[in-house]
Amino acid sequence: MRFAFSVYSLALLIAAFSPARADNVTVFQEGKKFSDTEVSVKVGETVTFSNKDPITHNVYSSTPGMSFDLKTQKSGESTTITFDHGGEAEVHCAIHPQMVMKVKVQ
Amino acid sequence: MNVAFRLSVLAMLLLAGSTSGMAEPPRSRDQLKEDFVRPTRVPYPDDDPYDAQKARLGQMLFFEPRLSGSKWISCSSCHNPGLSWGDALPRGLGAGMKPLARRTPTILNLAWADLLMWDGRKTGLEDQAFGPITSPDEMNGTIEELILRINAIPAYQAEFKKVFGAEGVSERAIRLSIATYERTIVSGQAPFDRWISGNESAISDSAKRGFDLFNGKANCAVCHTGWNFTDNGFHDIGMPDKDIGRGAWLKIQSMQQAFKTPTLRDIDRRGPYMHDGSIETLAEVVDHYDRGGTARASLSDEVRPLHLTGTEKHDLLAFLATLTGEDPPVTVPVLPSSQTASR
Repeated sequence: MRFAFSVYSLALLIAAFSPARADNVTVFQEGKKFSDTEVSVKVGETVTFSNKDPITHNVYSSTPGMSFDLKTQKSGESTTITFDHGGEAEVHCAIHPQMVMKVKVQ
Repeated sequence: MNVAFRLSVLAMLLLAGSTSGMAEPPRSRDQLKEDFVRPTRVPYPDDDPYDAQKARLGQMLFFEPRLSGSKWISCSSCHNPGLSWGDALPRGLGAGMKPLARRTPTILNLAWADLLMWDGRKTGLEDQAFGPITSPDEMNGTIEELILRINAIPAYQAEFKKVFGAEGVSERAIRLSIATYERTIVSGQAPFDRWISGNESAISDSAKRGFDLFNGKANCAVCHTGWNFTDNGFHDIGMPDKDIGRGAWLKIQSMQQAFKTPTLRDIDRRGPYMHDGSIETLAEVVDHYDRGGTARASLSDEVRPLHLTGTEKHDLLAFLATLTGEDPPVTVPVLPSSQTASR
């Protein structure tokens, strides 16, 4: 049982520290920062933006061909977006423009 | 194995629970004070580092009316150091004394700013420098004409050569010089700063209660964040005018009628208030936030009726009064004569 627990703990640790690339990537907004400066997904995969701050954010991208607007997200809210074609989106918070990251879609 | 699996699932749930925006206990006054410690040095970008001669040249250009089409308006005409780097008018006055659409913002502490102007249309001080200079509504100059004009003054030629070498008088050199000078404009030590540094008698008990309200019930600090009292962000605070602000540049709902959060440094010297200068006194500003602003789709989630008592409003105003610095007088530079060349 201890061995099994260790395996699962190890899995958790690997998940926590592995590069942000999976079928469904989650990016947190905390301390007026994105948790990742860059994430990569494949075409058709999703990125979930989850607001852990006590304040409202508004994630968007105005990159030509990759633009989206998740509208305002209150504290604790999450929104998932599917990227259906390749490209590189520069992502900001409209309310706090110092928040910036990239989503690479391959 | 099953138990182990359940434990792992529980661990995941605990991890998830600890990161899902759960309410945290209120922070103590001493903990909150940590957010307001002044920085020890001014940040300069790698591509426009501090240089004393460049800052001095930038100061000359900042006070230089020959950078306007009329040779009559300088940056300092609106950003007057005697008025905490504003003009104390409801709305700025531009070329031909034409009233502008918005109030002149202070330029205090812009070294720490991101996007500039009420609507964030400028990406930095170097980008912003020629904005008002070339705006037909403001200083009404053209870059080509101004460079020729400045380059015709030998004393300026010599100053630019000292700082920029063979490049001499150029658009880039003017941008870098003005931006460098503007980064040196920092609000002075205020009673609030002395309190943050540990002098408990620097501000009144009423102001201390106001600080608690500022960070709590009145919800001010959510946007007026940190030592410079701004999140450098954009919010629709529910003013009743029709100016769409940031929405003209970023066409998404939350940015309609959103404006940049101004610093609160020297705030009791910088009336009238708001982007349109429509509120005369700080007490009326507090009343505006207490009411919660005009309800509409773009109104910030952070703006809502506060139900402040009269005593609480008094305490908030006492706190805001502690943010005014004791700045030394600003020395205005002696500008080179245009006649020098013909002597």
